[in-house]
Amino acid sequence: MKILVCITHVPDTTSKIAFTDGDTKFDATGVQFIIGPYDDYALARAVELKEQLGGTITALNVGGTETEPTIRKALAIGADDAVRVNADPTDSLFVAQQIAAVAKDGAYDMILMGRESIDFNGGMVHGMVGELLGIPSVSPVMTLEIEGSTAKMTREIEGGKESIELALPFVAGCQEPIAEWKIPNMRGIMSARSKPLNVVEPVDVAQGATLSKFELPAAKGGVKMINADNVQELVDLLKNEAKVI
Amino acid sequence: MKKSSLEAIAYANGMGGEVTAIAMGDVESTELSGLGNYGATKVLHASDAKLNERVSSAYATVLASAMDHVGANTLVLANSSLGGPVSAQIAIKKDASLVSNVVELPDTSAGFLVKRSIYTGKAFATVSMDKENKILAIKKNAAEVKETGGTASVESFDVALSDDNFKVKIISTDKTTGEILLPEAELVVSGGRGLKGPENWGMIEDLAKALGAATGCSKPVSDMDWRPHHEHVGQTGVKVSPNLYIAIGISGAIQHLAGVNSSKYIVVINKDEEAPFFKAADYGIVGDAFEVVPKLTEAIKAANS
Repeated sequence: MKILVCITHVPDTTSKIAFTDGDTKFDATGVQFIIGPYDDYALARAVELKEQLGGTITALNVGGTETEPTIRKALAIGADDAVRVNADPTDSLFVAQQIAAVAKDGAYDMILMGRESIDFNGGMVHGMVGELLGIPSVSPVMTLEIEGSTAKMTREIEGGKESIELALPFVAGCQEPIAEWKIPNMRGIMSARSKPLNVVEPVDVAQGATLSKFELPAAKGGVKMINADNVQELVDLLKNEAKVI
Repeated sequence: MKKSSLEAIAYANGMGGEVTAIAMGDVESTELSGLGNYGATKVLHASDAKLNERVSSAYATVLASAMDHVGANTLVLANSSLGGPVSAQIAIKKDASLVSNVVELPDTSAGFLVKRSIYTGKAFATVSMDKENKILAIKKNAAEVKETGGTASVESFDVALSDDNFKVKIISTDKTTGEILLPEAELVVSGGRGLKGPENWGMIEDLAKALGAATGCSKPVSDMDWRPHHEHVGQTGVKVSPNLYIAIGISGAIQHLAGVNSSKYIVVINKDEEAPFFKAADYGIVGDAFEVVPKLTEAIKAANS
């Protein structure tokens, strides 16, 4: 099994979001960066599938040099080697074309990634990569089993799920509970240092959309507290002030 | 028709120009012509029974040729479990600029600028869509559904679909029916660990029923299998944007807040007055859910009767 796992390098889910440079840049001051939580599920499932079926895992990230500690973590968790496409991941179409360029000659049996990044939440890259490579894509995938050359999945839909079958190769956008996140052990961390991390330059493609500016939502007014013995007041407020019921 | 579909039509109508809607698979003819009342001037109906299976690659093929057929350069659709994957595939087919989670109408006074939700609702980005073809996968509430009193012509639109469009085979679908779907709900009642066990979910369901609300839950509740995963609201679960979100026995971890921060109003009921969720709430009650919630349900029933 030859697996490509695409990871994002994103602020920890507890990060306070702020912007600098006239609201055109993310303020990374004091922010800890992690493997995207959904990508982490994809990587964890890839490690399990490798244990079960044998093969290799390549981790891929589109990002600058600052993402290398995150890529090393993927190597510590269980990727065999890694590729970093040396470019800012500013737009889903741009990123998808970079991934497709790396993947097209790689003969991967599957390309796994998170259902979406947690910075831009686009959720589009897996579908674009599949289309660019001419192979099917499925997202969000909750379970993934491989039987011979067939993949069996469940995909979450509004209010439930569907069971899916398709032939390899494919692209999947993953989410829980596809696997438990894996915490790198000391052996993994040591070996990650010497695993290959190849840096390639991006292919020259146009952006689909370009950033104009960032903005934070308006701050919420304070909370109005209601006595637990007076739920009628809450009903009145919801009816007459908020007008939502 | 799903509200999210009507919102897509309302969004397109808000942009100006001629709006063609497309419906796939078995759809009643009155529903098709009825789309005129929401802002569509033409409705294409791709009635191939194969489209009753919601396979994204088949939908993308039909939509891309529908764009060619009517000469449209802009496609608006709801960013759903089907609309998302479909958008991504058409973006490649049509070499289009694609922006998802769009929250309001574009600014076309200079170029084509759209505002999208990012960082799981914690911020927005305004981006410029520079390609000739544009796809907007809109977020719930991006446009207000309005009845326009218009009429639409219905045209049958058939595209030859090959096996290549159905490499993904849907073996079975397991979907709750008759309930209000969480991602589309206007009102949501959500329960957390404070409810102590799945056997106590009756009072959440009773309150939801009295309100006509969907039910949700926090991540620990779904992790412990008290409730199914599709009810998990939060950073790695469903992101909701209802008019009212009532959180019961949920402390309000930042990952949960990420899933609810585009709610218009938030009510928090928690016995711990230090629960961080109160800081994100509009209305709060410090109290025991087992006492407060049944009383609230009765008060809502009384107010509705």
